[in-house]
Amino acid sequence: MQTDPTAKLQGKPGAAPTSVARRKFLNSIAAAAGTGCLLTLGAVMAGRPAAANPAQALRPPGALAEEDFLAACIRCGLCVRDCPYDTLKLAPFGDTVANGTPFFTARQVACEMCDDIPCVKACPTGALTPKLNDIHEAKMGLAVLSDHETCLNFLGLRCDVCYRVCPVIDQAITLENVHNQRSDRHAMLLPTVHSDHCTGCGKCEKACVLPEPAIKVMPISLARGKLPEHYRKGWEEKAKHGGSLIGDQVEMPVRGMEGKAYGDSRVDGPAAGLNSGWKP
Amino acid sequence: METMRPGAEAVRVKGWFGAHRWLILRRISQLTVLALFLSGPWFGVWIAKGNLVSSLTLGVLPLTDPYLFVQSLAAGFMPAATALIGAAIVVAFYALFGGRLYCAWVCPVNAVTDAAAWLRRRLGLKSGRVPDANTRYWVLAGSLLAAAATSSLVWEAVNPVTIVQRSLIFGLGGSLAVVIAIFAYDLLVASRGWCGHLCPMGAFYGLLGQKSLLRITADQRGACDDCMDCFTVCPEPQVIRPALKKAGQDSPLILDRDCTNCGRCIDVCGRNVFHFTHRFDQRSDS
Repeated sequence: MQTDPTAKLQGKPGAAPTSVARRKFLNSIAAAAGTGCLLTLGAVMAGRPAAANPAQALRPPGALAEEDFLAACIRCGLCVRDCPYDTLKLAPFGDTVANGTPFFTARQVACEMCDDIPCVKACPTGALTPKLNDIHEAKMGLAVLSDHETCLNFLGLRCDVCYRVCPVIDQAITLENVHNQRSDRHAMLLPTVHSDHCTGCGKCEKACVLPEPAIKVMPISLARGKLPEHYRKGWEEKAKHGGSLIGDQVEMPVRGMEGKAYGDSRVDGPAAGLNSGWKP
Repeated sequence: METMRPGAEAVRVKGWFGAHRWLILRRISQLTVLALFLSGPWFGVWIAKGNLVSSLTLGVLPLTDPYLFVQSLAAGFMPAATALIGAAIVVAFYALFGGRLYCAWVCPVNAVTDAAAWLRRRLGLKSGRVPDANTRYWVLAGSLLAAAATSSLVWEAVNPVTIVQRSLIFGLGGSLAVVIAIFAYDLLVASRGWCGHLCPMGAFYGLLGQKSLLRITADQRGACDDCMDCFTVCPEPQVIRPALKKAGQDSPLILDRDCTNCGRCIDVCGRNVFHFTHRFDQRSDS
């Protein structure tokens, strides 16, 4: 039988075996707890950078908001397997995307927006929410015409590729007809994204003819701005209330502008509005 | 050097195959499970889709790792019905047949740690700092707490088991480093360090199969000649003593939840002391 020398020093030889056992037990519990906590802390630290996805990594359709998605996705890859176009990939260990989670890179392979959304059907947990049953409601990201300096349409050319490949053409991307001030005799047809229709499929980014796309699909949190809560849009309030809330403005005569609609400051030409009525 | 080769007597008595029967069956089982997942991506024959975390077999059978399911719950998300059913099937199976059956017969990391343990024996390495065997339960609890605190499956950022499984099945890079790390840890730092002391998945399956039916019994313990071969090869040697040496129990059954039901003790024993049985079988020769 083992005896504990310190117990003898304390003059309690009878208590020795239990105190040794107890100390061993407490030691082992402390060591186990310490190692366990360290390992868990390491996991937390290792998991932290993955909480913010890189901008190019888009989640599959129906994916919950990133912070909910990271709680819900068990990283089984069933969505990847059921994607008929091999669009989705699982993030490997050491990637900037949380490892094992599905994502796609629009510039490489865009989402084909299948009508039956097989990736969502394959998800066993609902990390890709089954509430998404119309692919046109998907919000994988938001296309942003991020570089006006290299977009060929902004240079006055007719490229239009992003507009033409868009599965939600004329709703998610429209061409806005704007006067070309450089030549002063042409129009510029500016690709313009509308966030309420854009699904973030990435086809525009994939198809952009430039070596580096001028239009990019970004996670919505990154792409969108936010108006202050208290802002009201006058024209919307006017439509909602059937008239201006502040009543008609007092019209003051402007010298040289007699006979013009109030507010039309153009020196000559009819007050027919800026839009010539041209359609692409 | 005979002392470094456990099972030498068993090989003499039962022949090489007789002395490696359960090991061979286990490797076949591990490879079969992996093959079911790989036949799809490799040959277009889809049997099991997904991976060991969650899968769909033949389009009908959903299976979900209950530990991942619980992590998701801890992170504040209630997974949908498919995952729930899948987890329930897995829980029922392992609760009945032995939780750590998963560790020995399914998990691909087992081959890595077994290889490290084998090399450790061959090289006669005795040194190292082995963490307490209970550490795995702290890691298990810690992983769930961390999931709750951060609302995400943070353990999955580092979990070598799922990283290796995914890498094998999805052909992802980055797994080799993880495999080498586990192998090196088990070989150079801690004997049976990963599976036997740290892995929270093993801990979870251990808790799950606490009352499982399938057990190993030392029913012929009277024949034991104290050669220590079973202790040498056992990945959780502390589980053997109570059954073999009647330490704190009279039953010949190995009842410890850490037993992985790998059957190596059966293989390696030249005296046929051990056998597979069920938990109500109390037969014993002494």
